[in-house]
Amino acid sequence: MDRRSFLLGGKEQKSSVISNEVKKSVRTNSGVQPYTGPWTKKEVIHLLRRTMFGAKPADVNYFLNKTLSQTVDELLNPASSLPAPPLKDYDTSGNVTTPDTDVTYGSTWINSVNNDGTIQTRRILSLKKWWVGLQLNQDRSIREKMTLFWHHYFATELAEASHANFFYRHITLLRTSALGNIKKLVYDVTIDPTMLIYLNGRLNTKNAPDENYARELQELFTLGKENIPNYTEQDVIAAAKILTGWEVNPFDSSFPSFFTLNKHDTTNKQFSSFYNNTIITGRNTATAGTQEINDLINMIFSKSNEVSRHIVKRLYRFFVYSEMDAATEINVIEPLAQTLRNNNWEIKPVLSQLLKSEHFFDVLNRGAQIKAPLDFIVGMCREWNVQFPPLNDTAQTYAAWNAVFNAAFILQQNIGDPPSVAGWPAYYQVPQYYELWVNADTLPKRNQISDIMIAVGFTQNNFKLMINAVQYTSQLANPTEPNALISEVCDSILSFPLSDTVRAQLKKDYLLSGQEQDYYWSDAWQAYVANPTSSNFNIVNTRLVGLYKYLMNLAEYQLG
Amino acid sequence: MKRKDFLKNTIPIAVIPSLLKPFSVRVFGDSPALLDMLNAYVETDKVLVLVQLNGGNDGLNTIIPIDQYSNYVNARTNIAIPQNRVLSLTGINNAGFHPSMTGMQQLYNEGQLRIVQSVGYPNPNFSHFRSTDIWMSASDSDKVLTTGWAGRYLDDQYPGFPTGFPNTNAPDPLGIQIGSTTSLATQGPSANMAISISSTSNFYNLINGVEDPVPKTPAGEALQYVRLVARQTNAYATRITDAASKVPQQGTYPNNTLADQLKIVARLVKGGLKTRVYMVSMGGFDTHASQTNTTDPLTGSHANLLRRMSDAIKAFQDDLKGLGVADRVIGMTFSEFGRRIRSNASTGTDHGAAAPMFIFGSKVNPGMTGVNPIIPSNPLVNDNIPMQYDFRSVYASLLKGWFCADNMTLENTLLKNFQQLDLCVNANCAVTSVNDTRVSGITLISNYPNPFADTTTICFSTKGSHTMVQIMDAQGRVIKTLYDQITAAGDYQIRFDAKVLPAGLYYMRFQNGVTQQVRPMIKVR
Repeated sequence: MDRRSFLLGGKEQKSSVISNEVKKSVRTNSGVQPYTGPWTKKEVIHLLRRTMFGAKPADVNYFLNKTLSQTVDELLNPASSLPAPPLKDYDTSGNVTTPDTDVTYGSTWINSVNNDGTIQTRRILSLKKWWVGLQLNQDRSIREKMTLFWHHYFATELAEASHANFFYRHITLLRTSALGNIKKLVYDVTIDPTMLIYLNGRLNTKNAPDENYARELQELFTLGKENIPNYTEQDVIAAAKILTGWEVNPFDSSFPSFFTLNKHDTTNKQFSSFYNNTIITGRNTATAGTQEINDLINMIFSKSNEVSRHIVKRLYRFFVYSEMDAATEINVIEPLAQTLRNNNWEIKPVLSQLLKSEHFFDVLNRGAQIKAPLDFIVGMCREWNVQFPPLNDTAQTYAAWNAVFNAAFILQQNIGDPPSVAGWPAYYQVPQYYELWVNADTLPKRNQISDIMIAVGFTQNNFKLMINAVQYTSQLANPTEPNALISEVCDSILSFPLSDTVRAQLKKDYLLSGQEQDYYWSDAWQAYVANPTSSNFNIVNTRLVGLYKYLMNLAEYQLG
Repeated sequence: MKRKDFLKNTIPIAVIPSLLKPFSVRVFGDSPALLDMLNAYVETDKVLVLVQLNGGNDGLNTIIPIDQYSNYVNARTNIAIPQNRVLSLTGINNAGFHPSMTGMQQLYNEGQLRIVQSVGYPNPNFSHFRSTDIWMSASDSDKVLTTGWAGRYLDDQYPGFPTGFPNTNAPDPLGIQIGSTTSLATQGPSANMAISISSTSNFYNLINGVEDPVPKTPAGEALQYVRLVARQTNAYATRITDAASKVPQQGTYPNNTLADQLKIVARLVKGGLKTRVYMVSMGGFDTHASQTNTTDPLTGSHANLLRRMSDAIKAFQDDLKGLGVADRVIGMTFSEFGRRIRSNASTGTDHGAAAPMFIFGSKVNPGMTGVNPIIPSNPLVNDNIPMQYDFRSVYASLLKGWFCADNMTLENTLLKNFQQLDLCVNANCAVTSVNDTRVSGITLISNYPNPFADTTTICFSTKGSHTMVQIMDAQGRVIKTLYDQITAAGDYQIRFDAKVLPAGLYYMRFQNGVTQQVRPMIKVR
């Protein structure tokens, strides 16, 4: 689709429902019918940018040779097995009382019992770097994006549940179940040690009930709070009783949770009229905990319309757009919720339908997000083909990942530590949503980070992490021709088209150094290719760095 | 705050050596370098405006060498400016301006313009890109520098940028480039020291707007939001807008892009910005073809370019005077190279070597530095104008004479010592004028025999201190430096062995203090 029709949102409106505009801008009536339009680089990049971290040139080319349907199927069925665990990249032997000498440097600590605060702090950092590393090195699948989605959905904070070994188990659950059954995942998360620590489940006993998890289970993880009618305070209290008796064991190398019957409330639990006055029978056996939780989750999921819509909306805000008008509710949310219900809470069919839909590829939904910090920095590394140290060098690798983790952290997305149990506000806070990522503090920092990445690099452990402008340019289809070069780069790194006027100006200002004739660039590039001396390299590098720096400073670059 | 205090207060003493660049320091008989450095930061209200003429301006049709008019016409029959149309300059009878340059003629005659003849560098490079980079970075032509000369100067004056900037002492951009790019000239070691003001606010967009409008779509809305934040958070946006708003009235400018840019510079200077360096540019000087109309050498693209430049600079000077800030501003034109002596068949000129620069402002030392280039009677296609002055001499002279830069700052900026020229007057700098009383008629360098077959003896007469003798070939390349040392006053002789060199035209260049002289010699078989 050309830019004009993009700007006009020029698509034929196939749906019968007319939208009520919730914002000033044009919304779309397109629905979940399969998208049948062009499958070009633009569509591939849009899909990959939303389902992975940045659209890596090699991945774009790979999927251009497939159909949309094949692409989505491949994204939804990760070929690679689960990633290798995080490694010990720290040395605390000198300054802690109980050093983890059982773990050698460069091997994993995930099964090493050690509850020393300093050790755990180092492991948490190691885990965060490793996690960002997984995003950087992701296979061609949606798994890492979904893992982050579930981390946002079932948000926990390492700052509070400050135990790396429990947390590794937690995110391994999220990663393993990323494309599985959400009802099953809600069950697993309910008795997951990190969640039991974070929302006080391990302190929830028959004598001192703690309603924290019982409330969030309904408010955030299943029903949402906007239903009328909705669960009541009585339901929170009753659910809390069901959840009593669960604890965690930090001294077992598998870091499990376990159920203790004598801390469990064995009485019958009475729910409100919202749940049809359901009574869940109290049990008094070793399996009371799991049985009652199963009953509780079955009861909640019997409110299938509310639960399915809540889940789909959260997916929608993460993968498509922040706002849902009446047309979207009817044409997109409800059909997807239906799919979720029809498939017995399997998540994959919903994602498949959404990612293959006309609505997802509607021009009005492209570039409509502001990149989250992880999308910004991990995407930057991947889209510009930034080189990382060899994986077998633990020190250098973790230091380089740390630079990326730290950039996202500075930009207010600290992986493993969302601001609250509700996750990152950019995906729920009315009316600003994604705009929350960008403010007077973070936008200049985004610009500084991209400036450093293109101009001087982040040097960590003697390794310089930076965008190699010339190398990137070398893999373009036609780097000799300045118009083609600018077009391809803009299409590859911007989610919003630049006008011909702007591109022409940039070509002249940067690639031609103010001259009029295209051959000045072509000659310079060819001279470099034929004879890559430092002088010839510098001539093209200076101009490319200037251009790419400018492009990354554009507001357009912040759109995802 | 004095830089001395700044260093004392904020930088651990151990860091100081790192400010000294790893280049050899050659100070000619001046105070020790380290003492200089402690007084290096200079409080100044002076402003330098760099005017880039993109593409390589044809110097020979900008300043016409009347004393060699027949050789000039012979070399460029199809584009030569008729002698009777050349604009005359007060006090100069052997050179005049292109007829389009009435504005700059007036500036010259009023003492607001200085000409520096034949500015270039040893071993000219004829690629736009490379030569532009050489001028911007002030590198030797065989070296690659990734920082710019103005960037290094500003970094020397404001160490640590951008960390901690803006601050109370430096509330304004250190450098401003009007346009969408920031050039290599202002690139410092860790950041570009200048901001570009075409795309950061509506005010700049008036000048060179390259921002697309925002559509009413979700993406458009997000875009508008990010742009809004960008404007609000540009550390300098408010200062610039405030400065601009203090100057509601300005003089009249012609309608061209250089004038548009200079108009903003005048406004910001008057508005009180403490910015030291501004950079503006105009393009189109790459006149390979149709430099003049075939039927009328007074018209054509080069005539239009020179008119726009001249009119813009004249209007700028008049405006500065009207605003009462003329004494604070000096400007300098430069281009990546000049053009070939011979014109080509398509009424144009190809990439060349040295060319004149203009220094303008009410505080310039009026007049002409150097003499007309020598035009051979029958120039070959590749013959070039040899340099009389290294462009870095011009930079060094402005830094010292206008910004009162001391030797350490000059070393940090230009990485070597360059000949000082007397281009402008700033009483604060207390630069003792080094006016040389030797007039241009006196022969300071000569050779015998001439023409010569294998060797020749070069005689030169120095007033003492640093003296240099270089040999250049017909294409303007320095092929040998015969003499380069500090010496006593007197007459000297030196043998030049040219056995291995092909026959043809050569130049000997003599440099001593502010003086230089370039004279031709011929090697025959």
